[in-house]
Amino acid sequence: MYITLNIKGFFMKTTRRQFIKISSMGVGGLALAATPILNWVPSFLKKDNDIPDDSKAKRYPTYCEICFWKCAGWTYTKNVDGKEKIWKIIGNNDDQHSSGRFCPRGTGGVGMYEDEDRLKHPLIREKDEDGNQYFRKATWDEAITVIADKLKNVAQKYSPNCVAMFSHGSGGKFWGNVLKAYGTNSISAPSYAQCRGPREVGFIATFGKGIGSPEPTDIRNTKCLVLIGSHIGENMHNGQVQEMSQAIDNGATIITVDPRFSTAASKSDFWLPIKPATDLALLLTWINVIIEEELYDKEYVEKYTYGFEQIKEHVKNNTPEWAYGITGLKPDLIRKTARAMGNASPAVIVHPGRHVTWYGDDTQRLRAVAILNAILGSWGRRGGFYQPEGIKLKSMPHPAYPKISHTWRDATPGKFKLADLALASGICDATIPSPDRDCSYKAWIINGTNLITTLPDRKNTIAALQNLELVVVIDTMPAEITGYADVVLPECTYLERYDMLRTSKHREPSIALRMPAAKPKYDSKPGWEMAKMLAEKLGLGAYVPYNDITELLDWQLKQIGSSLDEMQKIGVKKIDREYNDLYFLNGEEHEFSTNTGKIELYSTALVEEGFDAMPKYTAHPEPQPGFYRLNYGRAPMHTFGRTVNNPHLNDLMDENVLWVNPKIAQLEDLSAGQEVWLKNQDDVISSFPIKVRITERIRQDMVYMVHGFGRQDDRLSRSYGKGASDSELITHIMHDKIMGGTGMRGNFVKFITENPHPSDKPLTRKVNII
Amino acid sequence: MKEELIISGRMNPHIDPVMNIWHWSIPLYLFLGGLAAGLLFFAAYQTIMGKDKKFLTSVRIGPIVAFGAIVIGLMALLYDLHHPLYFWQLYTTIRLDSPMSWGAWTLMLIMPLNMIWIFSYLKDIYPVHKCKLGFIRKIAAWIITTNDTKPEQDWDWKHKIIRDFEKYIVKDRKPLAWAMAILAIVLGVYTGILLSAFNARPLWNTAILGPLFLTSGLSTGAALLMIMTKDHFERISYSKIDILLVIIELFFITHWFMGYQAGSEIKVHTVSYFLGGEFTVTFWVNVIILGLTIPLILEVMELMKFKIPVIVPGLLIIWGGLAFRFIMVDAGQVIRYLY
Amino acid sequence: MRYAMAIDTKKCVGCSDCVVACQTENNIPIGYSRDWITETVEGTYPGLHLQIRSERCNHCEDTPCVRTCPTGASHVIEGGIVKVTPEECIGCGSCIEACPYDARYVHPEGWVDKCTFCDHRINNGQDPACVSVCPTTCMYFGDLDDPNSEVSRITAVRRIKVLAAEAGTKPQIFYLV
Ligand SMILES: Nc1nc2c(c(=O)[nH]1)N[C@H]1C(S)=C(S)[C@@H](COP(=O)(O)OP(=O)(O)OC[C@H]3O[C@@H](n4cnc5c(=O)[nH]c(N)nc54)[C@H](O)[C@@H]3O)O[C@H]1N2
Ligand SMILES: Nc1nc2c(c(=O)[nH]1)N[C@H]1C(S)=C(S)[C@@H](COP(=O)(O)OP(=O)(O)OC[C@H]3O[C@@H](n4cnc5c(=O)[nH]c(N)nc54)[C@H](O)[C@@H]3O)O[C@H]1N2
Ligand code: SF4
Ligand code: SF4
Ligand code: SF4
Ligand code: SF4
Ligand code: SF4
Ligand SMILES: [Mo]
Repeated sequence: MYITLNIKGFFMKTTRRQFIKISSMGVGGLALAATPILNWVPSFLKKDNDIPDDSKAKRYPTYCEICFWKCAGWTYTKNVDGKEKIWKIIGNNDDQHSSGRFCPRGTGGVGMYEDEDRLKHPLIREKDEDGNQYFRKATWDEAITVIADKLKNVAQKYSPNCVAMFSHGSGGKFWGNVLKAYGTNSISAPSYAQCRGPREVGFIATFGKGIGSPEPTDIRNTKCLVLIGSHIGENMHNGQVQEMSQAIDNGATIITVDPRFSTAASKSDFWLPIKPATDLALLLTWINVIIEEELYDKEYVEKYTYGFEQIKEHVKNNTPEWAYGITGLKPDLIRKTARAMGNASPAVIVHPGRHVTWYGDDTQRLRAVAILNAILGSWGRRGGFYQPEGIKLKSMPHPAYPKISHTWRDATPGKFKLADLALASGICDATIPSPDRDCSYKAWIINGTNLITTLPDRKNTIAALQNLELVVVIDTMPAEITGYADVVLPECTYLERYDMLRTSKHREPSIALRMPAAKPKYDSKPGWEMAKMLAEKLGLGAYVPYNDITELLDWQLKQIGSSLDEMQKIGVKKIDREYNDLYFLNGEEHEFSTNTGKIELYSTALVEEGFDAMPKYTAHPEPQPGFYRLNYGRAPMHTFGRTVNNPHLNDLMDENVLWVNPKIAQLEDLSAGQEVWLKNQDDVISSFPIKVRITERIRQDMVYMVHGFGRQDDRLSRSYGKGASDSELITHIMHDKIMGGTGMRGNFVKFITENPHPSDKPLTRKVNII
Repeated sequence: MKEELIISGRMNPHIDPVMNIWHWSIPLYLFLGGLAAGLLFFAAYQTIMGKDKKFLTSVRIGPIVAFGAIVIGLMALLYDLHHPLYFWQLYTTIRLDSPMSWGAWTLMLIMPLNMIWIFSYLKDIYPVHKCKLGFIRKIAAWIITTNDTKPEQDWDWKHKIIRDFEKYIVKDRKPLAWAMAILAIVLGVYTGILLSAFNARPLWNTAILGPLFLTSGLSTGAALLMIMTKDHFERISYSKIDILLVIIELFFITHWFMGYQAGSEIKVHTVSYFLGGEFTVTFWVNVIILGLTIPLILEVMELMKFKIPVIVPGLLIIWGGLAFRFIMVDAGQVIRYLY
Repeated sequence: MRYAMAIDTKKCVGCSDCVVACQTENNIPIGYSRDWITETVEGTYPGLHLQIRSERCNHCEDTPCVRTCPTGASHVIEGGIVKVTPEECIGCGSCIEACPYDARYVHPEGWVDKCTFCDHRINNGQDPACVSVCPTTCMYFGDLDDPNSEVSRITAVRRIKVLAAEAGTKPQIFYLV
């Protein structure tokens, strides 16, 4: 039957569309007439038609945990063989962070849930008779008991102040509260001293206010966007990528300063291929040109700023001709770009960047960025920086936290007073015993941060880890850091849990809910539950006054006139602004939180601490012959190392490659795709080789790789040993004297073409799992 | 410098870094198809010309070998299908635009003809009573022949229809021969068109492939007959035919290369793979020198009464035909449009 | 009706969101993809030009893949969308060889798969999955026969290019350059 109908279909010259109808009728309606073999279609073949209709699929609100932009969206599930299975994640249209569109990492977030390499049980470090260490699978109660006992012990022997926490991610608040109740406030994140710290300090010194996250840059309304090493498009912070695209549509002028031809550079009207480490010279020159050519916003400068004459005087010798010798940028190009900014003023953004710990003078460089924005009048202006607003949620009543005698500031006594947050690297250093410290840290709780690959100078990090009496790691994956833990707690992924409500600031205040779309896989638990278990074991249950997190969320939501029920349906709720001041009003008086109440072009706070009131250019070391500066950055489809084992995202990019300029490839006799090892100035050799990409997109004095690869824990089946790790090679730190940031771009590498490792399986994981 | 790379996606096996969806089985299939076409064509041709008594190997043995070649070729094709259980879908529709469909249907038609042909010569080629395996005789007796098969009335079919049919064909094989000759040419051309229909592969995208593959198929068929026959006249005849075919083939190839060199940028790029590029050595050594020129010289020498073991030029021609198809399929997949 | 897509190379950052989105939406097994991203770099530092393109089946007007398919598994549906019926596909690879863009792949289950323009979504009035997630909104989808559709409007005002025009397939994906 099937056969005749098909052939008839052909001879009758029916279109394929009708043809399908006929044959599907042939299969369905006339099934009886068909011979069994013809009708035999294995059920797996029907899968193609298995894509449900969005409007009929179930969906659960969430906000993304793949990076710190925290986009809100929906986790869709679909029915597979009678079971609801996580299907896809789509942005929430009401969300200002995502505007309904996730970035690739957010879309690929389902892979975090699917990854079968995930941590599956609590693990406790044990020793066998021969002294070999191994991990034993433990019950939750055992694991939490071990932690509680050790913490009590530390409190007794030393002080609760000697416990530190590192956290980068949502669960941090739960653990933080338990630790505050226990008696310490040494809570830090690598997103400060290794990331945006200098920017915050530089902007606070200027505007009395930091940038925060998400950056309140009004890119979609700007007329001129200046990116200084900020590689938007590779750095995939969603809102900025989206708005930059809108800016392109609007015909905004884009200026990118980057020694590498970044994606952003390729979209720019002006690309300034700067000599690395010389940005401060360019910035001072821009300030000079803008002042000399009177391109600055006079009214704004007069009304709001302090120290204009000083800065004018200060930059007077920083001419484009002067900068040419330093930066390699043609004077004409510098002038033209300064004019583009001036013409766009105040709708201009000199982007502060985010990962700004580069050369140790980063706070001063970001000060220069802030000053430039100030004289262009972009702060608080449409197309410049808007004034974000958020909402503060109440916490459930609980007993007061104990007084803390020894705070995170004591980790770096007398130094870095301008730092507004704890320094992860500072706490790490203060863990290594020193005679002039009364209490070195004795226990670390590490939540959602892979310190081995995150902090520079790995040897130092490992030395600190060796000095601890307790290391607890809460993670979803067998990250390198778990190998140094005494207790590993497997957290379920963000798709399987509730978390605190998202309250980050934006153009309009909003809240977003994360709720589970599936039950936790394996024997994993959400952070709140683990933290609560620990609080109870420590006798601090009163600080966690709810049985289930849904009680807390519902309570918090009801305080602001919503409810968990409502939020489960809408996911994101916008709240009216309390102040109608997205931008400064015309002629509005404004009191800035600086000593002078003005925007300080001349920083009195820096002077008080003994630093330069205005940024000065200093030269930084350059590579020795045969060495190349190690440059690193982001790939749009990965967030550091946290996604490299994610099946979907690994599928997009499973290793990093080393960008080498063709002339250098020729000089060093390298061919495309060839594997090389890298050796840095301190003789540290990369554990794994990396393939060479010969490309014009990179300068001759540097090589480039994406951070996050070269994973060293072989439990990461997809990513183990793929590509090389920049972290490993960053052993030289250029410390920021003002706020303690760890400048990481002063490392130089050379190529090794023969495998330098005797056995090619270098493992840093210390213990096996039983 | 121009750099072109795929950043993500499309790391599919079979496509990247170069297309290799068709492996050894397709060229083998094409080769065997061409060979079968050659063999069947010569059987039919000699019959039409009324020389079937002179060219015994051609009319009797050739078609059996051809049948074997087709069966093996089909098995190779089936092996290459990624969804082989669905092969029957080929016969649910006729798609004149699709060479694959064409081929499937040509084979569908030529195979029964080929079987009838063999059947018509069965008594001559393989008298069942000569069979040394008793059980075959028994089975044959049980299924198709009468129980009392006697030496003088070999393959005495049980059913009258079969007996009548046999008589009808054996009496005049010419209509059958005509049908088979035409289908054989279709089959031979098809092996080339299968490739040339793919505009997307610049190497294959030329009308010359049909005639070229047909010629090559005929030539390999002639070469095989040359080797198989014990009859001097038959051998010399095929040797002569082969000389002619090889010359035509060389002409086609020259014409083809010259046409490409005078063609668009992509055609020039394509032919460069054979004139200095990746496939130069393999192609020139295996196809042009070993597969065509040397056997051509040897055969001419033989005609000039030099003593040449016939197997040498014969095998070289066959090798050349096989190599040609492998190289064509491989190179065709490697060379792609640039954009 | 004539569905088409226009992709703005001036905005695409090569983030590959379109690739993962397609993978999750359409249940594409890991290791395979219906769309992919290419990058071309021309020039010498610092005089460089970079083009990033999101590529997929061009839903050609002249479809060599459909023509060469021996079973009719490859076919064209309303709006010019080229599709494959898994149950009719024998996995012979003809269509793969026939496509100048290498836009098709063999699904691990044996049949050939390719971009469907997400016909299941467009029938519901939604954009294809890749278009709907693209963070730079650099993809436009719609009906070329409708002069008011986004694709018609944008292709009318911008300079466009199609890939391998010389292959003669009349692609329906337009790159805005
Ligand atoms: N060499 C080098 N070092 C750097 C940088 C660099 O570019 N190069 N970048 C710096 C910057 S800007 C930053 S912000 C920091 C970032 O540094 P980190 O925040 O440490 O980043 P990741 O390496 O992604 O580590 C995150 C860890 O969290 C785990 N994780 C993921 N999801 C969850 C979850 O839901 N719960 C829990 N408990 N864990 C989870 C992951 O498995 C991973 O082990 O690194 C800094 N350090
Ligand atoms: N896809 C993706 N997006 C991310 C992240 C991620 O992991 N993945 N992480 C997020 C986080 S936490 C952060 S902090 C941000 C970081 O994002 P950014 O702040 O944009 O990153 P950086 O690492 O500071 O900048 C990297 C760029 O600086 C250039 N560069 C190197 N040296 C110099 C120099 O001397 N001068 C100048 N002008 N440029 C130089 C490099 O070539 C590269 O293009 O990205 C965020 N977005
Ligand atoms: S930017 Fe991407 S990874 Fe970050 S939160 Fe948003 S969707 Fe997730
Ligand atoms: S999602 Fe959009 S920006 Fe990203 S690669 Fe695809 S087309 Fe380009
Ligand atoms: S791009 Fe390839 S698969 Fe798609 S319609 Fe064109 S030829 Fe067919
Ligand atoms: S692989 Fe399938 S869709 Fe492609 S040509 Fe063969 S039968 Fe048709
Ligand atoms: S249109 Fe649909 S099937 Fe095609 S590439 Fe986009 S998401 Fe995939
Ligand atoms: Mo960061």
